[in-house]
Amino acid sequence: MNGVHDMGGMDGFGKVEPEPNEPMFHTEWEARVLAMVRAMGAAGAFNIDTSRFYREALPPHVYLGSSYYKKWLLGLEDLLVDKGFIAAEEVAAGHAVQPPKPLKHGKFELDDVERIMVRGKFGRAATAPAKFAPGDRVRAKNIHPVTHTRLPRYVRGHVGVVERCHGCHVFPDTAATEAGENPQWLYTVVFDGRELWGADADPTVKISIDAFEPYLEAA
Amino acid sequence: MSGHDHDHDHHHHAGHDHSELSETELRVRALETILTEKGYVEPAALDAIIQAYETKIGPHNGAQVVAKAWTDPAFKRALLEDATRAVSTLGHVSRVGDHLVAVENTPQRHNMVVCTLCSCYPWEMLGLPPVWYKAAPYRSRAVKDPRGVLADFGVKLPKETEIRVWDSTAETRFLVLPMRPEGTEGWSEQQLAGLVTRDSMIGTGFPKTPGAPS
Repeated sequence: MNGVHDMGGMDGFGKVEPEPNEPMFHTEWEARVLAMVRAMGAAGAFNIDTSRFYREALPPHVYLGSSYYKKWLLGLEDLLVDKGFIAAEEVAAGHAVQPPKPLKHGKFELDDVERIMVRGKFGRAATAPAKFAPGDRVRAKNIHPVTHTRLPRYVRGHVGVVERCHGCHVFPDTAATEAGENPQWLYTVVFDGRELWGADADPTVKISIDAFEPYLEAA
Repeated sequence: MSGHDHDHDHHHHAGHDHSELSETELRVRALETILTEKGYVEPAALDAIIQAYETKIGPHNGAQVVAKAWTDPAFKRALLEDATRAVSTLGHVSRVGDHLVAVENTPQRHNMVVCTLCSCYPWEMLGLPPVWYKAAPYRSRAVKDPRGVLADFGVKLPKETEIRVWDSTAETRFLVLPMRPEGTEGWSEQQLAGLVTRDSMIGTGFPKTPGAPS
């Protein structure tokens, strides 16, 4: 979706302000939110792409006005309500009032913690030969899906060069809407800064994205 | 997906007043209560997740990988070829997931990593990302004005140095392999690891130099 989360190239947000000796969490609740998101995802309530989609779908002023973990909290609440794991009336009451919905992987327990400290695997077996190879010129398609996509706006319609092929991976665009993993070839595609930002752009800058094959066409 | 029109969070992560903080805090506690009562999560498991993030992951893992690459040419080659596989051979930091890609800084090219769409970051190598990495100023400008962003960090590169920005748009994760500081000949891996900063592995900083205050 063409949301405010797709920030590459936007102006007006000001300077980057690193915080010296930044703590891992600024409040205790941030840590609880992180843990709940990780636990409910591991229990099978949602996949990583769906959770991203729900954060992106927050109203723009909420997205821009909320701290990082506040967005995680709001996205988690919405997602769990929409998928029927919790009810809006329970959120309002602060207590469970309805029976639980079964989780794909069951209750998240202490023994499950170690396995979530390593990233999941998103590589999948290929179902078709790769269309592109390193060195190929490709154009990022001018597409505007209204649901989740990982093709940022700032590259759409622009020509780059395939640099690496990473094999086949879960396709976020379909996984996010629970329409299946639909594995697709994944490529690092490099763009010249002037191709993206115009003739006056810094000629020493190159930008790459990792693009799924359906995002690309031969150029 | 609505109902957030009365959200009161400030634009900046710091500076919430107490009433706003407690509003969110109450909301978080309520959600945890619901999830616990419904039997979805064990609270002790949530405690353990937090403890694991606080104690087991962090930039010290990435620093050990970088220091090893600086001292062991075969490991460096393997790392640049397939970082997940290379790191998984190191017992002490073998907690690495799919699809880690290490990119090497050289005098000709400086690498810098961003996630313009959200906050993708190599957690196992660097820990949880800092607020600035997840915030709008960095995500918006890193791909359009990387030299300006580097200036915000006090980093200045020669004007002819190529800057390569890696936008983490998929489940690949990028680790910058910074250049080994001069004056460290004969240093042990452990000594070298002490010079490797988090930001140097994101590409928004350099490693510390020998003798500089830490």
